[in-house]
Amino acid sequence: MFGPDDASAAGVAAAGRGDTVAGTVAPAGAASGQLRRTGLPAVEDLARVIPPQEVRRRGPVAVFECFERIPCDPCYWSCKRGAVKPFGDINDLPEVDWERCNGCGLCVAACPGLAIFVVHEGYTDTTSLIKLPYEFLPLPEVGQVVGALDREGTRVGEARVVRVQKPREKVGTPVVWIEVERDLAHVVRNIAVAGGERGE
Amino acid sequence: MAAVLNPQVMVVGAGPAGMSAALAAADCGVKVLLVDFFSQPGGQLVKQTHKFFGSRGQYAGVRGIEIARILGEKVRSHPHIEMLLDTQVLGYYPDGVLTMERSVDGDSEYLKARPRRLVVCAGASEKPLAFPGNDLPGVYGAGAVQTLMNVHGVMPGRRAVMVGAGNIGLIISYQLRQAGVEVAAVVEAAPVIGGYAVHASKIRRLGIPILTSHSVKEAHGERELEAVTVWRVDERWQGIPGTERRFEADVLCLAVGLSPLAELLWQAGCRMAYVPELGGHVPWHDEHQQTSVPGIFVAGDAAGVEEASSAMVAGRIAGLAAAASLGACPRYRELAGEARAQLEALRAGPPGEKIRRGLTRLEEVGRRVRAG
Repeated sequence: MFGPDDASAAGVAAAGRGDTVAGTVAPAGAASGQLRRTGLPAVEDLARVIPPQEVRRRGPVAVFECFERIPCDPCYWSCKRGAVKPFGDINDLPEVDWERCNGCGLCVAACPGLAIFVVHEGYTDTTSLIKLPYEFLPLPEVGQVVGALDREGTRVGEARVVRVQKPREKVGTPVVWIEVERDLAHVVRNIAVAGGERGE
Repeated sequence: MAAVLNPQVMVVGAGPAGMSAALAAADCGVKVLLVDFFSQPGGQLVKQTHKFFGSRGQYAGVRGIEIARILGEKVRSHPHIEMLLDTQVLGYYPDGVLTMERSVDGDSEYLKARPRRLVVCAGASEKPLAFPGNDLPGVYGAGAVQTLMNVHGVMPGRRAVMVGAGNIGLIISYQLRQAGVEVAAVVEAAPVIGGYAVHASKIRRLGIPILTSHSVKEAHGERELEAVTVWRVDERWQGIPGTERRFEADVLCLAVGLSPLAELLWQAGCRMAYVPELGGHVPWHDEHQQTSVPGIFVAGDAAGVEEASSAMVAGRIAGLAAAASLGACPRYRELAGEARAQLEALRAGPPGEKIRRGLTRLEEVGRRVRAG
């Protein structure tokens, strides 16, 4: 799926770093053993949900890091463009139609599992854009430089806050847009905001 | 001597199952008495600040606290529902009378009710865990920590260790961090995480480690909790010496499972069965949520520990069935059929496997009930 010239192949591999045990490739629709043991998706989990390179570079697109069959379908109802395919069984894994997704991020705020991110690889020549759910206070300010954290909460660089989408209702999930080093598009999944961390 | 209340249907417990049962029965036109020991309706929903899974019919994507508010308003404004809060049901007597104690301005009064139908939605209680030092202040059930933070706005401490990586342990670890409490680690005796992967990934992104195949060895402290020693456990869940790790912590949170609160059903003589998959002793019940005692129904965690989404649907079935048994629900077959289809869908995936296994075991008990 990822050629050697693919800038983010390294990012994807790094995203899934960990102890993927050879021979434990999970069947379709089942989460990997690594995910069930550690909470960290394995390379094979991510490979199933990260869109092809031409889609990722075209513009913002949703990446559904939803690997386990659970009874849940708000993403389907949240999408105004019909980009989340209808669920036959409410336990099905969501499937995204890349041709319809424009990366608007409505699903990011709607997902109860906070498992959806919007990624625009090559937002500029040197950066990528990530829209992520963030339910902590204080919310960052636009322009603020915050810590860029990976799936284990480890700081892997810096991120510049591009936009903060506050929910219409107080109980909603804010979505923060950040700009990161281009190759970190599939690595950064959280931010560290100075001034502590309090629940939204 | 207190007068005896005579509702057509009495629902014990105003959580997600009880409120759904009360609304379903009241919508059929029967008079419902809904009783809860807490000062507001909602049960566990009042502290659940996470967004629900499930489908639209069960408020998917809505936070538990909001569902409590929405259902609470419906219950309060329903002309056929009378709600008694701050009221603890004390017992069930052979003549079908339930006794209650109601707190009023620091005093209490004694009440009795003889309902024509009873729906028990009493919920569940947290299971304890035995280890040296588990009586130290700072060792909490996870539910208590959630109540302190999300109902009363009180920080339980500065640094916590969570025991249990089921959904409750994972969700409360996240909420501890939202409240500004550091979480040193989540320990889980099983070799895999029990809760949903999305909840686990959420707390991993916050830098919280999850130690599977680990349990608490000992809690330390002079007057209150100061540190926790955890160790690796083998396949038989026995601690392995030499694998100890010590965490400084002033909060130790136990999220190691729930037991159904079924005392009233025992008292009423309902046929009970021990089904570990459903949390312990549960009342046998049929597809109408009716127990072995005609006229007594059960739903929610009291019928078997499960998610709140399915509790709402099962509660609805119980309320409809109670009304139907009084001749007040002409569309029962259709409405209950729709609800049962929802319930089956919610239980159809891998997380529902345990519940399905438990219900199969309960069904075997049912066959013996009918045979005997």
